Amino acid sequence: MSDDRSGSTDDGSGNSPSLPTGVTYREFGDESEARLATRGRPVYGERTEGEWRLWDPRRSKVGAMYEKGLDLRLGGGKKVLYLGAASGTTASHVADFSRCVYAVEFAARPVRDLVGVAEDRSNLFPLLEDARKPASYAHVVEPVDALIQDVATRGQAGVARANQRFLADDGVLILTVKARSEDVTGDPADVFESVLADLREAYEVLDTERLEPFHDAHLAVVARPR
Amino acid sequence: MTDGPSTEERGWFEGLTRGDLDGAREAIETGTAESPENWPTRAVAAGFAADAADYYDALGEATRHAAREGVAERELSDDQQLIHAIRAMDDAERTANELAERVAEWAGSRFEEGEAGIEGARVIAEREPHGPGDERVTDLAARVVDLDAEAARLRAFTERTAGSVAPNLAALAGPALAARLIALAGGLKTLARKPSGTLQVLGAEEALFAHLRGQATSPKHGVIYTHEYVRGTRPGERGSAARALAGKLSIAARIDHYAGDRRPELEKELDARIERIRTRGES
Repeated sequence: MSDDRSGSTDDGSGNSPSLPTGVTYREFGDESEARLATRGRPVYGERTEGEWRLWDPRRSKVGAMYEKGLDLRLGGGKKVLYLGAASGTTASHVADFSRCVYAVEFAARPVRDLVGVAEDRSNLFPLLEDARKPASYAHVVEPVDALIQDVATRGQAGVARANQRFLADDGVLILTVKARSEDVTGDPADVFESVLADLREAYEVLDTERLEPFHDAHLAVVARPR
Repeated sequence: MTDGPSTEERGWFEGLTRGDLDGAREAIETGTAESPENWPTRAVAAGFAADAADYYDALGEATRHAAREGVAERELSDDQQLIHAIRAMDDAERTANELAERVAEWAGSRFEEGEAGIEGARVIAEREPHGPGDERVTDLAARVVDLDAEAARLRAFTERTAGSVAPNLAALAGPALAARLIALAGGLKTLARKPSGTLQVLGAEEALFAHLRGQATSPKHGVIYTHEYVRGTRPGERGSAARALAGKLSIAARIDHYAGDRRPELEKELDARIERIRTRGES
């Protein structure tokens, strides 16, 4: 278990208000521009500066959301359920500043890497489970403060609704909608509208933002349970 | 007994001994609950963990073990098992056909002329034998029928397994062709590493040896020619269709091997590509 950092006020990050404790902009090497970073052991060959490691918005949708200035309402030291953790690139960054991360991924291949990431992070719990079947992991996952979802399957709003049971009443849903997973040929804007309509059955949508230029035809959604 | 405020859900740790990692894996993989509970508190109350931090240590150890073993099992169970199954299926089919020929030849010397092949054997197997000579023929025919049924079961298993080993490849190629390609390459990994031009002619080697044994005509293409998108395209455009199909199948195999997630857009892209090939030059 990593230390609970939620109480610390000064991590030397000079954070903007929407960044949680433990996430910051830092200069890496001779680059003039400050880049998004978290503190932890590197996992995918990302650049590091001291104990900070670069969080590349091109490789991580949550990273891209911060880069686009979205307020994810994700404080440091929270409990997180991460659906579609893949090989754990983003989940590792989230684990760097969270109390714990339950990382659900159904594809065997990426889970092998995810386990490797979890070996260096005692607060990251890999689960080889299907995000469409929450009952198959509700005996392991506790109620959480944040639900992060990035699953490339049809019915992404349905997955978010089915997993609402894990989210505390004042919790936040941070969702990435991949247009091409819902409808390859449709106009992404139309696809997003229909996914949002479906999502509103169970959630109040607080903010949305397209993730271009970091990720094409992806919409970021911040929502809270109704 | 009175009902509590809610149905008691069982956490993964309940009834488990600390340090029993295989038991923990079993509990994580097979357990279910309708809704989450405050498991850390419950585990401490149940005496499973000393405090929350201790619980998370146990959870980390258990989930890492379960995920690691689960992945190893899925990977082990998969492409190599598929290859064994498809080879067994081929053997069963070939042997059934060879034995059916023997049955037909032998039966022709004892009974009236019947159908050849598996169907002929099925008819003979139903005959009431008169004497030990008849019995040997009808029994042998019954073996052919059984072997044919086993081949069908092996085929069903192969197609089911192909869908879980390589979901994208199976969706694009159809499970039978997907299994065939994996078997020809010797595994999903080796298939994923082959250039698409090699995938396009994969299986032509086998046909070549069959040709040399005198059982087949000389091969012109690999197994992907069994795909409707190749066979169903007019001869002049067949090469382009085969190239386009091989390209997408090759991408699908790579996604299945390296990423593992399902990408439904591949099918749409392939459909669109074939549509363009088939309609060009037509007017």
